[in-house]
This record gives sequence, structure tokens and C-alpha cells, in this order.
Amino acid sequence: MTTDPMLLEVRDLTVTFPTPRGPLDAVKSLDLDLEPGGALGIVGESGSGKSMTSLAIMGLQPRAARRTGSVRLRGRELVGMSEADLRRVRGDRVAMVFQDPLSSLNPYYTVGLQIEEAYRAHRPGVTRRAARKIAIAALERVHIRDAAVRVNHYPHQFSGGMRQRVMIAMALSTEPELLIADEPTTALDVTVQAQILDLLQEIRRETGTGLVLITHDLAVVSEITDHIVVMKDGVCVERGAVEQIFTDPRHPYTQALLDAVPRIDDEIGELRAVVPDAATTSPATENTATENGGPA
Amino acid sequence: MPRFLLTRVSSGLMVLLLVCLFTYLVFFALSPDPAVQICGKNCTPELIDQIRGNLGLDQPFWTQFFLFVVGIFAGRTYGDGAGAVECAAPCLGYSFQSSQAVWDMIVQRLPVSATVAIGAAVLWLLAGLVGGLLSAVKEGTFLDRFTTGLTLTSMSIPNYVLALVLQYVLVVQLQWLPFPQAVRFADDPVQWFLNFVMPWMVLAIGYAAAYTRLTRANVLDVLRENYVRTAYAKGLPQSLVWRRHALRPALTPIVTIFGMDFAGLLGGALITETVFGINGVGKMAADSIARNDQPVIMGVTLLAGFLVVVGNMVVDVVYTAIDPRVRVNA
Amino acid sequence: MTSPQTDLTAATAGGAGADDTAEAPAATQAAGAVQAGAGGTWQALRRDVGAMLGLGYIVLVTLVAIFAPVLTSISGWTPYEFDQTAIDPNLGGMPIGPWGGMGAEHWLGVEPGSGRDIFARIVYGARVSMSIALSATLLTTVLGVSLGLLAGYFGGRVDLVVSRVMDFLMAFPALIFMIAVLSALPASNRSTLLVVVISVFGWPYLARVVRGQTMSLAQREFVEAARAAGASGARIVFREILPNLRSTIIVMSTLAVPGFIGTEAGLSFLGVGVVPPAPSWGQMIAASVKWYAVDPAYFLVPGMCLFLLVLAFTVLGDRLRAVVDAQEGR
Repeated sequence: MTTDPMLLEVRDLTVTFPTPRGPLDAVKSLDLDLEPGGALGIVGESGSGKSMTSLAIMGLQPRAARRTGSVRLRGRELVGMSEADLRRVRGDRVAMVFQDPLSSLNPYYTVGLQIEEAYRAHRPGVTRRAARKIAIAALERVHIRDAAVRVNHYPHQFSGGMRQRVMIAMALSTEPELLIADEPTTALDVTVQAQILDLLQEIRRETGTGLVLITHDLAVVSEITDHIVVMKDGVCVERGAVEQIFTDPRHPYTQALLDAVPRIDDEIGELRAVVPDAATTSPATENTATENGGPA
Repeated sequence: MPRFLLTRVSSGLMVLLLVCLFTYLVFFALSPDPAVQICGKNCTPELIDQIRGNLGLDQPFWTQFFLFVVGIFAGRTYGDGAGAVECAAPCLGYSFQSSQAVWDMIVQRLPVSATVAIGAAVLWLLAGLVGGLLSAVKEGTFLDRFTTGLTLTSMSIPNYVLALVLQYVLVVQLQWLPFPQAVRFADDPVQWFLNFVMPWMVLAIGYAAAYTRLTRANVLDVLRENYVRTAYAKGLPQSLVWRRHALRPALTPIVTIFGMDFAGLLGGALITETVFGINGVGKMAADSIARNDQPVIMGVTLLAGFLVVVGNMVVDVVYTAIDPRVRVNA
Repeated sequence: MTSPQTDLTAATAGGAGADDTAEAPAATQAAGAVQAGAGGTWQALRRDVGAMLGLGYIVLVTLVAIFAPVLTSISGWTPYEFDQTAIDPNLGGMPIGPWGGMGAEHWLGVEPGSGRDIFARIVYGARVSMSIALSATLLTTVLGVSLGLLAGYFGGRVDLVVSRVMDFLMAFPALIFMIAVLSALPASNRSTLLVVVISVFGWPYLARVVRGQTMSLAQREFVEAARAAGASGARIVFREILPNLRSTIIVMSTLAVPGFIGTEAGLSFLGVGVVPPAPSWGQMIAASVKWYAVDPAYFLVPGMCLFLLVLAFTVLGDRLRAVVDAQEGR
């Protein structure tokens, strides 16, 4: 089991909600594979089940939902694992970054405390002082200036992009093997989006952390990930390497998503609200796609 | 932060001034003959004349109002010569029926009202927070539904009905509690305490129900917050997620409401104090209504307004201490 | 109520609002939901035992209030008749017979001291309770909705003024002030006065919510579409926004009724409400305070009627809100 080369191996993952009109599958028979240090993009519109997938991997799906199938982390089955064991996986070996950093951070506590508690939850016996050092280091790692001062600030004292950096710092403080980022840039300004993506790239390069990036934005995944899974209505409709998806989409839905990525020559690009930063990301998109295609 | 407080204080003073003005308007401008109103039921023509002269009721409204406001800060003397009555500094008016300054009457009774309010507040906070938390933890279970039903019922019992039921059951039938008697704490502490048991319960039950519902709703709302999800995703144990990430945000808004309710109760427990014969500010107001002793009613109204405004300001200050967002933004 | 006009606009909105998958269908349904929702709400409510029991009691009390003269002609006693044969002068006017003199002659017993028929007084008291509470609800709703719409839709200076007034009224010691006003003003036409006073202090709570929802609705696609199509402000407010506020208004108004019933009864209890000899439940309970130990039926009958009516409205409002919340959450 421990020799299993896969970092994450998801098989037949199904998340079912009971509704008045009968059970509804938010995620249906999904398979995912991620090698250690690899990067996988899950793409789809809102409601396609991609966020539920990320929560289900961690066993964080809503209480009402039922999760079946198999989620293996380094060969270890997470479905059916006891809550206590799951807790040791969450935040330690698999960490998450969420879409809206403002609401994802507790407004009542300093960012320092929130990073420290993430760290100390998995390193029992670590003193507050030691944890504080870790928190400052984590903030420095995500390029937050004056980290020793900022560590005592509250989330609302940070800008949107800085908050997301805090979230990333928090996720990385325990040096996880896998980072799941659920729409990490959606709530941010265009220029800040690019900075956060750069940061994720840099961290991946330096730490070898595996990454699952969830987004509605094909341009975003193509910058960082090497494989893409396209989801629609809870089902995977297409999967493949980035350049293959971009050059030869098989499924009409993928084609539609690709069309929604505006090009420079696309005059009505701004009307398509899917990608706000129309002109700027487009050339970068193609560059990174080819860049990432090779080595991975 | 001082600037923030300054705005709060000035807007509070504004509200107070308006409360003053409206109360004054109602009593002196709207009523057909203020002097007769003030004089009350057992009145003589001489007394009416005296009151009319003393209060300067022949003067224009704004002059009267100005004198009244000045009186609050500087005190005033009604009339002159032998018939003059002195009303010292916080002069909220003078009761010609009981020949006493309204402020003095209030000060005598405020400790009693405070005892009633504090005891009730302790009870309802305990019951409301515990009930709400239990209900939220056990959401959807029998306990939760039972609590919900109980709170709806408790909220629907008018407190004077409950007061009568309790008195009939606990005092008359079961004789678990003695008949209320006016005693001083020093003379008979047990009787003194037992006197307050029923008022505390009666006042607390409605608030306890409301706080239970509020706590439950707040906790359930907070548990749906993204930062709670983050806390779970970090691998924090359930108990810590609840204690640190759910409770504090859920309970903080309750501080606001508590401040208002408590302040309102200090001068406003008219019915409960009356039913149980507790000699507080509320009973004084109710008695004054029965006797039509207008200056007292007006004084209590102003006091109630003052308490609510002050309560609001205290809440704001406390809020800056417990909610970091307010603290820094201000 | 759903006119073709609204359907048309909603359809336009659905077509134009292709940007967000979550918003677009909501906008499409918005107009349709008013009708479908109303039917759905009723369907869901009908399955709720508590809501139906509450509604049943409300209907019963309403019918009793409407047919009060008929009922008293059947029972044989008007609320103002003294029956000296039903009370025992040797016992200080205690009703003759158990349970406050209940029996074939006086169905719910008689008042101690006077011998007036309690059934008749309850029946006529229902008129007072219901008419005052419902009129106050109506007036509060009209005030709250129109001012809330005004502030929310037009914003700017209008909003500033309305919001300031709301803040002021909500910081005001309302109950005491109501008592003060009612005790100062002449006793003629108390019912109208009660309704006005209760409504003046009641509307801000509804207006605040309406204002908030109007502000967010005014940003929505279907409203912008209507505006782009050249609809006038009034037309947008009444045709586009108001229908979408319907469930909020219904829920909040229903939840306000028990408060108003309680307020009216409380004010009457304190002697500043409905003027005797006109019967009111609160006043009956106030009169029963002196007799509670010897004649518990005297306070239990009006007490139960009042409690059940408040409970009925509270439960109905609570269930209604739960149903509407669940529908909007979908």
C-alpha cells in the first residue's frame, strides 16, 4: 500500500444529497489521479460539482450528503476513515485554500492565531511561541511584508490578495503533500489573480506539493496545471493533458468553455462574464500551456 | 476611537433631547389643560392655580421647554414666596400630588428595580444561552423541537397572566413561597429573597425564550460560515471549532441585544412590579398612571429614555472591545 | 396577481442574465414564484399541525368577534348587565358556585363583585383585541412597506431621513412613552389612539427589512430591464419590487400581530388602554388581580384566551417563516 505511487487516487466518487424529489448526485462516479508533486485542474461552471468534489476528498461534504466510492491518499483509504483519523489528515497532509478569503478567515481572531492553531493542531506539544515563529515564517514565505507585525493583524486589515496569501500561508504551515485550491483567485482583482497564481506556481516548484486546482476558468488552470478534468453536472465529461484539451477538445461542453476564454481579437469578449481579465490572460494562457506541457 | 465615541455620545444626547421634547410636547401641548392633568384626581381649584403659576404654563411652549431642560442640569424652583418648591439638580419635574421631586422618588426606588432586573437577567441569560446551545447542537432532534415549542409557548404567555398563575400555584395552592411582604434585606434576607423569586421568573421567561431562539439561530448561522469550514479543513478538533470559531461570533451579537433589554427593564418592569407589589420605578409609574400624576410619568419616561441611550452607548463600547472589526475601523 | 407584464419582464431578465447560473433562474422564477410560491406555501402550511391549529383558533376568535351580538343573545347576557343573583354579597361578592360561577346560566362564570357575565365580556373583548391588533398590523404594514420602499428605492436624502427616523423610534423607550401619551391624552376614542400609537412605534421594524430587500432587488436584472424599458419609478416599485417582497411582508406582519395583541392587552391592563366599561381581555385580567387567590377562574378564562391567541399567531408566523425560508433556500 505504501508503495503506491499515486498521491491521490479517487475512484467512483459519488456525493448524493437527499432532496424532496429524491436523491440527487452532486458528484457522480468521478475518477481522479494525481502523482506526487503533480498539478491537476478541475474545471467546470458553478454547480458542476467541482467544489463538492474538493470537499468530498477531505470528507467535508455537508452532513446531509452521502459520500461513496474511494479516495486514496498515498494508497490510504479516506472514505470510511474515523473522524479522528481524518482530522489528522486534514490540514496536515492535505490542506485547502478556499475561494473567498475574507469569509474563510475568522474575523474575530488575528491571522497569527489562525495560522498557529492550524499548525499546533497537528504538532501537539509545540509552544505558542514556537508556533508564532512558524506563523511569521509562513507569512514571509507568501511574501507578506513586515510579517512579524502583520501576524498580529485581523483579516479585515488585509487586502483581498493579501488575505488569500494568508490562507495559503496557513495551508502551507504544516507542509502538506497536497494542496487543494478551490477557486483561489475568483474573488480577486485581475492583477492580484496573476500574483496569487504566480505564488502557487512558485510554491509548487519549491516544495513539490501536489496541487488540485478547482476553477471555472480554463485560462487559470492552463497556467499552472498539467492535467485537466472537465466536469459538468457532477460528471467528468473530458480529461487529458492541458495542451490536448486546448488544441483538441472532444466534448462540446469543453469547447464551449474554451470559447468563453476570450482572445485578444475577441471584440465582444468583455460581454462574456466568465473571464473578467479578458485581454491580459489570453497570450499568457497559450505560453504557459506549451511551457507546462513538456516536463511537468 | 475617541472620535467614534464622541459621535456616539452626541447622537445619544440628540436622542435624549428629542425624547425630552416629545414627552414635553405630549404633556404640555397636547393635553387640554396641563395644570389639571398635573394636579391629578384629588385636586382643588387653588392647587390648579398654584401649579399653573409655578410651572409658567402661561408662557410660550419653547420657554417652558427651555426651563425644563435647564432644570435637569441646574435644578429649579417652582413658584416664589411661601408656595415655592425646590427641585434640586437633576430636576425631572415635581410631583405636586406627593409633594416630592420626581428625581428623589426615582432614586429611592431604583435599587429595587435594579434588583429585579439583575436577577431576571442572570436567569434569562443562563437559560437562554444553555437552551439555545443545546438546541443548536441537537438540531432536528426531539430535544430541539421540544425546546422550540417551549420557547414559542413561553413567548406567548403575557407576563401578568403568568404572574397570576405562578402566584396562585406556588403561593396559594402549593405554598412553596410565602406571600410577598415588604421587608428590608437586613431584617429578613430569606423573605426578601423569596419576594423576588417570582418576579425574576416572570420577567426572565419571555426573554429566556427569545434568547434561546436567538442563540440557536446565531450558532446555526455561524456553523454555516466559511471560516468554520476552514477550521474543519485545518483539522481542528470539533470541540475547538465550536468553542473558538462558532461560539464567539455567535454570542457577540447577543451582547447588543442584552444591553438594550436590560436597560429597558430597569425602568420598564411596570406590569411585573405592579402585580407582585414590588416598590420599584415601574410600580411607581403604574401607580402614577392610576393617580394621573403626570410629572412622575414624564420623569420615568425620561429616565427610561436615558437608560436606553446609555445602555446603547455601553453596548457600543463593549462591542469595540469584543469585535476586532469595529475596534480598528473606528 | 401575477400579471402577464411581470412574466414578460422576468422572461427578459432570464434571457439577459446569462452571466451567473445561480442568479438567472432565480430571476426567471421571481415573478412566477409569487404565484407558485403562494400556492406552495399554503400546501406546505396545510401539512403543519401547529400552524393549522393556530389558524383554526384565529378563525374561531375572529368568528366569535364578528358574531358577538348573536352569541350573547343566545347566551342571554350582555357584557354590561349586572347579575346580583349570581354573586354572594356575604362573601364580598364572590360568584356563587364552583369555578367562578360557571354553569348553564353563565357559561364562563361571572365577575366577582359585579356579577357581569364573563362569556359576554370575553366575546366582546375578542372584538377589541382582534380589531385593535389587526388595525395596528394593517397600519404598521402600510407605513413600514411604503416608507421602506421609499427609502430603499430612492436612496439618497429620502433614505437618510427615513433611516434617521427609524433609528430614533427604535431607540425610543416605546412602551413607557405609549403609556405616557395615552395617559396624557383624553380618554375619548382610545381604540383609534391605541392603533395609531402602536403603529407609530411599530413600523420601523418592518420598514428596515423592506428597505434592505428593496435595495438589493433594485440592483437585480429584471428591475434594470424594466428601467431600461422605460418603466416609471412608481411602476417599478409596485409592479416589480413589491410582488417580490410579498412573502417577507406576510411573514413579518403575521409575526407582529401577537406583539400588538400583547401590547394592547398590557396597556389595557395598566389602565391606559380600552376605557371601561367596554370589555377588553387585558382589562379583565387587571381586574382579576385582586381576586386571584379566591377566584382563579376569573383570571384563567381571559388569561387562557389571550395566551392562546398570542400563541396561535406566534406559531402561525413562525411556521410561515420556516416554510418561506425553505422555499427561498431552494
